Amino acid sequence: MAINRDYLGRTYPAGEPYEVSRVKIADFADAIGDPNPVYRDRGAAQAAGHPDVIAPPTFAIVISMASSARAIGDPGLGLNYAMVVHGEQRFEYSRQIVAGDVLTADVTISGIRDAGRNIMITTQTQIRTVEGEHVCTAHSTLVERGGAA
Amino acid sequence: MSVQVRYDEVETGAELAPTSYQATRLSLVKYCGASGDFNVIHWNERIATSVGLPNVIAHGMFTMAQAGRYVTDWAGPGAAVVDFGVRFSSMVVVPDDDTGATIEVSGKVEEKLDGNRVVLALTARSADTKVLTRARAVVRLL
Repeated sequence: MAINRDYLGRTYPAGEPYEVSRVKIADFADAIGDPNPVYRDRGAAQAAGHPDVIAPPTFAIVISMASSARAIGDPGLGLNYAMVVHGEQRFEYSRQIVAGDVLTADVTISGIRDAGRNIMITTQTQIRTVEGEHVCTAHSTLVERGGAA
Repeated sequence: MSVQVRYDEVETGAELAPTSYQATRLSLVKYCGASGDFNVIHWNERIATSVGLPNVIAHGMFTMAQAGRYVTDWAGPGAAVVDFGVRFSSMVVVPDDDTGATIEVSGKVEEKLDGNRVVLALTARSADTKVLTRARAVVRLL
């Protein structure tokens, strides 16, 4: 199945807001094996100058993936997910994600290009609070191995 | 809890102590659940090998998370990562045993910026191969 290049530039508007809970942050920190108290203990986070428990620097992937799944999983795009590996990732934060944030994410397919036998698909996700404050821009490049063959 | 690094105490070119992290099959299953990325290549050896991979591979984001942990452990609890980018240059292959794969992260202070920010250049290796390249974190220190 070939990639549909007409999807370049397509934006998927934000869905239901994502509520960042302390439980989810702690769960994520457990999964990456990071025992840092600022991800679990409100008192420790506040003692370090944060308003509440903060999220690890890669936590934004949880929100951006939930959003980009609508793009990546769009049957019309034609991506074979078992052949996909992650190529590049970048997060630009205006501020840290904190427990209690209610965030939205819209995703744009910002690049589709061949790289040898592979196809590189780039997405850009804008994560904002429901009030419109920018929190993070996530740039992802996925590689479909053999997708250009 | 790690020690708080102060911007004024940091010197350009300073090397950070390398640290090793483990990725086991259990790590990947937990990461699938916590991240929502259930791509079969991260937990199903049968399908992973059938699509041409050497074995089950770690999520790139799991490796990036270890590099993130390396940065935040160095910088201390009051610091903030404001920009963090990596290229996944090779796969972390995770065998079905009790040890799994080892990811060794190293880094150095590449530049000091205004606003108490420092740029860290990071490297991550697994099985003698660079698994992260062009890995940079901009951290705002106290």
